[in-house]
Amino acid sequence: MVEYNMHILVCGGIGCKASESEHIKTNFADRLNKYGLADEIQVISTGCFGFCEKGPIVKILPDNTFYTRVTPDDVVEIVDEHIIKGRKLERLLYKDLKTKETVGDSKGMDFYKKQIRIALRNCGFIDPENIEEYIGRDGYAALGTCLSEKTPEDVIRMIKDSGLRGRGGGGFPTGLKWELTRKSVSDQKYVVCNADEGDPGAFMDRSILEGDPHSVLEAMAICGYCIGAAKGLVYIRAEYPLAIARLKIAINQAREYGLLGDDILGTGFNFDVEIRYGAGAFVCGEETALIHSMEGKRGEPTVKPPFPAEKGYNGKPTNVNNVETFSNIPVIINKGAAWFASIGTEKSKGTKVFALAGKINNVGLIEVPMGITLREIIYDIGGGIKDGREFKAVQTGGPSGGCLTKSFLDTPIDYDNLVAAGSMMGSGGMIVLDDSDCMVAIAKFYLEFTLDESCGKCTPCRIGNKRLHEILEKITNGNGELEDLNRLRMLSNVIKDTSLCGLGQTSPNPVLSTLDNFYDEYLAHVTTHKCLAGQCKALIHFKIDPEKCTGCTLCFRNCPVGAISGEKRSAHYIDQAICIKCGVCFEKCKFDAVLIA
Amino acid sequence: MINLTIDHKPVVVSKGTTILKAASSIGIDIPTLCYMKLDDMNIENKPGGCRVCVVEVKGRRNLAPACCTEATEGMEINTHSIRAINARRTVVELILSDHPADCLICAKSGNCDLQNMATHLGIRKIHYQGEKSTYREDTSPAIIREINKCIMCRRCETMCNDVQTVGVLSAVNRGFQAVVAPAFEMNLDHSVCTYCGQCVAVCPTGALTEVDQTGAVIRALSNQTKTVIVQTAPAVRAALGEEFGMPAGTLVTGKMVSALRRLGFDYVFDTDFAADLTIMEEGTELLNRLSAFMEGDKNVKLPILTSCCPAWVKFFEHHFPELKDIPSTARSPQQMFGSIAKTYFADKIGVKRENLVVVSIMPCLAKKYESSRPEFSVNGNPDVDFALSTRELAHLINLGNIDFNSLPNEEFDQPLGESTGAAVIFGTTGGVIEAAVRTAYEIFTGKPLPRVDFEELRGMDGLRKATIDFNGTPIHIGIAHGLGNARKLLEDIEAGNSEFHAIEIMSCPGGCIGGGGQPYHHGDAEILKKRQRAIYSEDKNKTIRKSHENPYITKLYEEFLGAPMSEKAHQLLHTKYFDRS
Repeated sequence: MVEYNMHILVCGGIGCKASESEHIKTNFADRLNKYGLADEIQVISTGCFGFCEKGPIVKILPDNTFYTRVTPDDVVEIVDEHIIKGRKLERLLYKDLKTKETVGDSKGMDFYKKQIRIALRNCGFIDPENIEEYIGRDGYAALGTCLSEKTPEDVIRMIKDSGLRGRGGGGFPTGLKWELTRKSVSDQKYVVCNADEGDPGAFMDRSILEGDPHSVLEAMAICGYCIGAAKGLVYIRAEYPLAIARLKIAINQAREYGLLGDDILGTGFNFDVEIRYGAGAFVCGEETALIHSMEGKRGEPTVKPPFPAEKGYNGKPTNVNNVETFSNIPVIINKGAAWFASIGTEKSKGTKVFALAGKINNVGLIEVPMGITLREIIYDIGGGIKDGREFKAVQTGGPSGGCLTKSFLDTPIDYDNLVAAGSMMGSGGMIVLDDSDCMVAIAKFYLEFTLDESCGKCTPCRIGNKRLHEILEKITNGNGELEDLNRLRMLSNVIKDTSLCGLGQTSPNPVLSTLDNFYDEYLAHVTTHKCLAGQCKALIHFKIDPEKCTGCTLCFRNCPVGAISGEKRSAHYIDQAICIKCGVCFEKCKFDAVLIA
Repeated sequence: MINLTIDHKPVVVSKGTTILKAASSIGIDIPTLCYMKLDDMNIENKPGGCRVCVVEVKGRRNLAPACCTEATEGMEINTHSIRAINARRTVVELILSDHPADCLICAKSGNCDLQNMATHLGIRKIHYQGEKSTYREDTSPAIIREINKCIMCRRCETMCNDVQTVGVLSAVNRGFQAVVAPAFEMNLDHSVCTYCGQCVAVCPTGALTEVDQTGAVIRALSNQTKTVIVQTAPAVRAALGEEFGMPAGTLVTGKMVSALRRLGFDYVFDTDFAADLTIMEEGTELLNRLSAFMEGDKNVKLPILTSCCPAWVKFFEHHFPELKDIPSTARSPQQMFGSIAKTYFADKIGVKRENLVVVSIMPCLAKKYESSRPEFSVNGNPDVDFALSTRELAHLINLGNIDFNSLPNEEFDQPLGESTGAAVIFGTTGGVIEAAVRTAYEIFTGKPLPRVDFEELRGMDGLRKATIDFNGTPIHIGIAHGLGNARKLLEDIEAGNSEFHAIEIMSCPGGCIGGGGQPYHHGDAEILKKRQRAIYSEDKNKTIRKSHENPYITKLYEEFLGAPMSEKAHQLLHTKYFDRS
């Protein structure tokens, strides 16, 4: 094996790939070749680093140099300055938001300081297309341990002791699920990996499959050993082509190495994995719907019980876990249940990956210990609110979750606290909202998503959500009445109470939690017909403050419908009859002369 | 056993019992809408989709659907808590908010489960109004899909997919746009739909109804230049009374004849006559094939399959075209009747074919399609002009201001009105093959039947088999009703594993008594059983019970056809099948 002195890690996540990271990698190879360094310095394409805000990322080891927003044109300079002359390239280093100073070592970056990376341990570290790199980081050691030293009961006990709960949204104890499936008697059982990530903005499962596919395969094999299954199926949405490609490579490599297939590691244990594609329906993340989809049926849920652990794929006992849940398994085996259980809160152990998005400076994928506060996530890791605006709320749990306000900033985040706060963990979407976001519009936005994604099987979800959305539409259009707020709440409660699956049972959450926390905004919409955040087009109009307007004509020149008139160097005027409220004038004005009224 | 309380009443049920069933065992009637179960027939629609049957279970986070939640030990259930009532009413209001409010002119008015539910729950206002679904109406030769009225109960889907294995109807689209339709929302007549009408039979609303031909029949009846004759299928007389408030299983043969005469039909005939004729042809064909087979003729294929059921014919044409030379070539009784009426009978009364209108009253919707098949017409003039369902006949009788219940019993006209008990039992599963056995036995053995009733061929099991001793020769008989059951027998034939000499197939569960054109059973399988009993009692009361003993049949062969399977019989009474795969 070749020993390298230095490693150049180029992010090969799909976001950075879209920003030419492949090109960056080949440029590195070419430049290093020119210096004859190809044998001394390794250039690899890794999985996602998580810090997507600043991608494409290039990391140089062993000194942890973290270059951000690298372009293919920067490569020559990086090689010539950093590699040859040993001088870090200041202009590409991450600049701390508070101190405004560059950070040379990624370990010094606030974004990473509070993170504990278990599920994402190999993302941004190894070449996901090379099984040896995974093995080099203790990969498949856990499988070996389980097969040669532990009984299935031992392993299940470990998982139970670790306190690991399902990371897909429900938070069901993983060890218990395995135990239930193990206890079901059948000639055939299945392990299913739910990679049907559907929350808007969430992409942790994709990142894990793109950056560390073997961790999932290894965990599936361990699960198969525990429950008595010889077959694993990964249900993945077809719009994840890179994840699919890397998963396929990983499956083939694992088979070549005898880590999947018959007689794994000479122990007589057989296990193989196949891929099943989903067409990208949110509801197929619900395990019964997922199973029906895999069976070639319409992807819609059925009533539980029977649970998949008794009657799942093809009517056989099936254990369904999400990608992130699986990726934790090998680490728990290797480091022990006690170690894992030492991280987190009383009832929520380990870490959780969140996709941080919205009005926040450091957008990206983060993995934090359970029990961390929202404040730490938003202000330390996330670098605070964009453009120095004021924090308003954070939506967790995606369209099934709710919004948490300032008063929850110091609440330790875990499964139970989030539910108590009127939201949920969900799969880990975290969308930060600032004072310019209208909460009624936000609730409507999420409902639009569930409306599209409802399978239509049960009445409350199919028609109830439609009616909820119509009421919200009426309110944001300025036609709302006080009674509508009452109707919103009553209908929301019935939808939650009567829907068949988790989708409908949680779809009114964004409505209820915004009603609870931002009732004044709703009230303003329906009584004085005002949108306090200035977002609902029907309730606002733009006008120009003649005192502030300098007559620079910038708004006049940018108005797409010619609604603005006025002489140069004198105050301008917006004709409300023509104005389409696109807001371009508001954005363009350099003198804050355009006002929202 | 499991102990629980429902509405404070203790109840003990066996494991696996649903809350719905547990409640009904102590007289608590939880309302349901999508749920449907035909007892003893293995037909159950339990998607848990409508959410009308939700009940409050102590300690449970959300409400539980009673139809698909199993009772567990110690459960405390409240079926009419304010929370449950509010949820149930809201759910029904939501369904109504996406439903055309045209009950007054809806074909299903008075027979609509949704309408009944709204009445039952006392819905007076819909609190959540909004956009309504708009779908294109789809008209086929037999079935109309008015999908704006679909409530996604999925009963039709269960019938089409699970029971019939036809697979035309399934849910398409998502969310508010979700609806039950053929693939790609194509029209039914572009699909492999057999027009069995079981979707119509179970649809709780007016989303699926039959093509209404009553208007056309009234026009024909009032046209002075036309002679209008009518034939009535055996299963109709066992169900028509239900439309006029009579208990299920009331035989109304005489009143039906009387009503038809009052409606102005020139001759009131009986499809049963043609059923006897079918036995002559099909029975002879069976015996010919059987004899040749036993003599070792390798070109002869067995089993022979009955061919009376048009939905079944279309089913094998689509799904098993390679087996299309196995079913009997005999036309169905409806078509035999039409063919004989427009030749033999038209000649007899001296009316030109184009001036003779043949109307049939059928328990079936596929008969509408069958009568429109081009091979059953001469120069564009169909052998059967209009095929009305039992329900449509009831409408006609109402339009005719006829008080059905007080009608006298009248007799069919001759010569096409005479029939035997063997013909009557065509209306139920097992009946066609029993009729065939009665005749084939006597012809094959040359001896009189030692007994007329073949109990071993009767019943409601979806798949049945029996061996009849033909004086030393064992004849193996298979019976299937429901196309899903038929498929199993066909797959056996395809695989070369069929043990049978003859197989009877009827598409509808229960046979024609459960046809898509019959009065709605609203999920009560007991109704079908009562109709079946009525059919057998009519058979028992007939003086002649074997088709070959029908004197008018004998006369028909003497005067017109010659002999069974003669060239003329072939031309008028037999057909061929098409590969529609």
